Amino acid sequence: MTSTVDPGTVHDGPGREVSILNSLIVRFAGDSGDGMQVTGDRFTTGSALFGNDLATLPNFPAEIRAPAGTLAGVSAFQVHIADHDILTPGDAPTVLVAMNPAALRANAADLATGGTVILNSDAFDQRNLTKAGYVSDPRTDGSLTSYRVYEVPMTSLTIEACKPTGAKPRDAERSKNFFALGLVSWLYHRPLDSTVAFVAERYAKNPLVVEANTLALRAGFNFGETAELFESSYEIPPTTLAPGTYTNVTGNTALAWGLIAAARQSGLPLFLGSYPITPASDILHELAKQKHFNIRTFQAEDEIAGVGAALGAAFGGALGVTTTSGPGIDLKSETIGLAVSLELPLVVVDVQRGGPSTGLPTKTEQADLLHAMYGRHGEAPVPIVAAKTPSHCFEAALEAVRIAVTYRTPVYLLSDGYLANGSEPWRLPTSEELPVIDPGFQRETNHVDEDGTARFWPYMRDPETLARPWAVPGTPGLEHRVGGIEKADGSGDISYDPVNHEKMVRLRAARIAGIARTIPLVDVDDPGAASGEKAPLLVLGWGSTYGAITAAVRRARARGLTVAQAHLTHLNPFPSNLGGVVTSYGRVLIPETNLGQLVRLVRADFLVDAVALNKVEGTPFRVGEIERAIVDLLATEGYSEEAGE
Amino acid sequence: MTTTEHDTAGSVAAGNPTSAPVPLTTRKDWSSDQEVRWCPGCGDYSILAAVQLLLPELGVARENTVFVSGIGCAARFPYYMSTYGMHSIHGRAPAIATGLALSRPDLDVWVVSGDGDSLSIGGNHLIHALRRNVDLTILMFNNQIYGLTKGQYSPTSEHGKVTKSTPFGSLDTPFNPLSVAIGAEASFVARTHDMDRKHMTETFRRAHDHKGSAFVEIYQNCNVFNDGAFAEITAKERREEMLVPLVDGQPIRFGPEGSRGVVLDGDARLRIVDVADVGEDALLVHDESRSDPSLAFMLSRLAGGPYEPTPIGVFRAVERPDYSTLVDQQIDEVRARKGDGDLDALLRSGTTWTVE
Ligand code: SF4
Repeated sequence: MTSTVDPGTVHDGPGREVSILNSLIVRFAGDSGDGMQVTGDRFTTGSALFGNDLATLPNFPAEIRAPAGTLAGVSAFQVHIADHDILTPGDAPTVLVAMNPAALRANAADLATGGTVILNSDAFDQRNLTKAGYVSDPRTDGSLTSYRVYEVPMTSLTIEACKPTGAKPRDAERSKNFFALGLVSWLYHRPLDSTVAFVAERYAKNPLVVEANTLALRAGFNFGETAELFESSYEIPPTTLAPGTYTNVTGNTALAWGLIAAARQSGLPLFLGSYPITPASDILHELAKQKHFNIRTFQAEDEIAGVGAALGAAFGGALGVTTTSGPGIDLKSETIGLAVSLELPLVVVDVQRGGPSTGLPTKTEQADLLHAMYGRHGEAPVPIVAAKTPSHCFEAALEAVRIAVTYRTPVYLLSDGYLANGSEPWRLPTSEELPVIDPGFQRETNHVDEDGTARFWPYMRDPETLARPWAVPGTPGLEHRVGGIEKADGSGDISYDPVNHEKMVRLRAARIAGIARTIPLVDVDDPGAASGEKAPLLVLGWGSTYGAITAAVRRARARGLTVAQAHLTHLNPFPSNLGGVVTSYGRVLIPETNLGQLVRLVRADFLVDAVALNKVEGTPFRVGEIERAIVDLLATEGYSEEAGE
Repeated sequence: MTTTEHDTAGSVAAGNPTSAPVPLTTRKDWSSDQEVRWCPGCGDYSILAAVQLLLPELGVARENTVFVSGIGCAARFPYYMSTYGMHSIHGRAPAIATGLALSRPDLDVWVVSGDGDSLSIGGNHLIHALRRNVDLTILMFNNQIYGLTKGQYSPTSEHGKVTKSTPFGSLDTPFNPLSVAIGAEASFVARTHDMDRKHMTETFRRAHDHKGSAFVEIYQNCNVFNDGAFAEITAKERREEMLVPLVDGQPIRFGPEGSRGVVLDGDARLRIVDVADVGEDALLVHDESRSDPSLAFMLSRLAGGPYEPTPIGVFRAVERPDYSTLVDQQIDEVRARKGDGDLDALLRSGTTWTVE
């Protein structure tokens, strides 16, 4: 479905006062069974089509259906839309749509002061209040006085609206999320067309559901217009985005597409060995749908077999990939070690989630960095690439494959729960813009014995990259054996020779370190640089903190503070200028959603007294949290807002 | 550009089976230059010889043959073959070989493993490879002991086995490897032993020719840590009495002049009888392609251990589509329906909008 948005178009307002907003943060919250993810997703798409910039943050419980009406069962979807470029799903929602008391109770504290609460008053009966743990009715006990509260009997209005379909009330009621969506769409001038089309397609098998959802959607919209409950409606004008074709994409989808693109660009058939695990499974699902790209997806018996099969496929000349999260990474470590020893291309995607153990399966965390870096026995270096935004997962996947194939090495590709399920508009590249990856298969022997016999030596290295040749079965004359036992440099024969072992350990390390020659230098955004006077503080991040850090740095600058920012996509090896960069700043602040992992690497590698800012609540940083840390840190250095430039 | 076949890596291989005739080879062509390092007298030597002697007869090319192994004495096998090979991780060979076989159905993939590798640490991978019917020839050397780690009991060691790790006797109930394989839906299950090269060769040939997972248990003598574990049935002078050859379509009989045989009792049990007592017609006729695995399962349990008359040969050989074929068929079907994948179309498959 494609539509062109003319940024100049002003949609007809509903005939009441219309206020213009620069941005809006809406959170839809309800029971797991209330369809809040779909509601949020449709509001997002409507906004994307309208031309706003946006960022989303779904938040759902680990249980598939926790008991209805309880706090444990609350599912929410937050979307930040704006008329300018934004980087995060927003710190505090300005609007909360609460479908029941539990949804209100679980989310009210996050709401910005003066924010709007739209609640489904039908759900606020004694039973639901008790289930949510309310001792008194929050609507009347004064606890919501700092918000603007709109009570809408969504359930009964939905049932009423669906009467023409003949659906039983119990079935009709299930369309109430579309009523809520219709109402919020009216309030914020979101067109309904794309959702109407979506409903028709998604529920095509069940015409009654199509009709009910559509009626509920329109009823919600009309209710806003006619009920005179709201004194005003709002418009968030479109953003001026760079010209191009856009789509709204989640990290998992972008990552899957990046792998498909990498397979195309390298000419290698894609083989995914995987075992279902939250929040990585959607990559498996997406690739399983795309078999017509000659993709083999193998749902293995366990995590170990998933990565093992991917490595076996790589030995055969395929692009071997495995995807996982949490405990799955622990299980794959042994095979990753083998891949280090075999020096074969392999991409290990880790969609990080809260740990240890089962931890917080549906929540985000960046706590696997040191595992990716060191989580194997022996000296077993593995390159690490980390995506920074949902759409960046595409590019990061291509980069991980480039490194894996060029250097014949397993590569960790780190995403996380926030990137995986969060979404943002993405200006689509065309396939011609993508880099070409050359697998450079070995076709000929590469060594001559003293007696003149031509041989293939599987560990004869390329002098430039130190990568060994990739000779795949089916190539006559290059038959060879590889294995996990230490190999003699060059011939690859089993070798227990101590001097050879040290040589091989150092060669493997040098090969990975040498990747730095092919990765871009870290780019520092320092407003002081132009005047020749560096900022007193560098904020350095990696992975999904990119949005929150960038927004916080912008805010700090708006306060008059001079702050530099840099962000890492390559964690091993680091960009070659990173040491120079971090040692050139008076202070370095490293925000991470872990207890301080990059900060350890930076301190150890560069002897820099970097400061850690850490958060492990299973949620991304709020912009304000980083902003405060920047302000506080600069204050200790004697820089206050007034003293800024 | 869309990769339509294994046209990058495997093009050379893919063409081979039909195009160029495979040159004649000898055992020497299939032997690598690596020194074989099993203990002198180990049963592994004769298994290696049987495989190296068989391969020249199979009409396959070295470059299209891959041996994948896990860890253990048996797992050194690939180093001694002048084919492609991978000595991988303990227990994981079936998983690694599955990925290879799925992405390269043109190859001949062998898995070489031991009883600890296959049935202890790698039990999960083995049963899943078998149920999926991945096109692999799996040779499991069963010596009922851990050799490489110097003599601990294995999942096939008999109850009460005294080893370094069980000085007062093992308390474990052992696995019967063939029962495990049959229970795991294996389409080809056979047993042979290291003292009879001809029987090994014929069994391996059948296993190799089988499309799908072929599981072969090889009774193998570890003369260092479990010497003589199978002597009671495999020693030359014992074989006639103790080995029960399974021949498809023939009554199951053994012993001097075929004087003993196997009957299926009315109470659904197999029993060893004197043929003279029951008459030839009462003997159970072996049917390896019987789709119901119950009889094969019963045969796998005819002997309580290698001290009772033990069936050898092919227990089960049924036709069932192999996994690579199914995977490729599905890809072809999806391609036929949707056309070859187009990346630009994929990226634009969701809701899109254009900013001028
Ligand atoms: S330990 Fe046993 S199985 Fe291993 S090589 Fe020696 S004799 Fe053979």
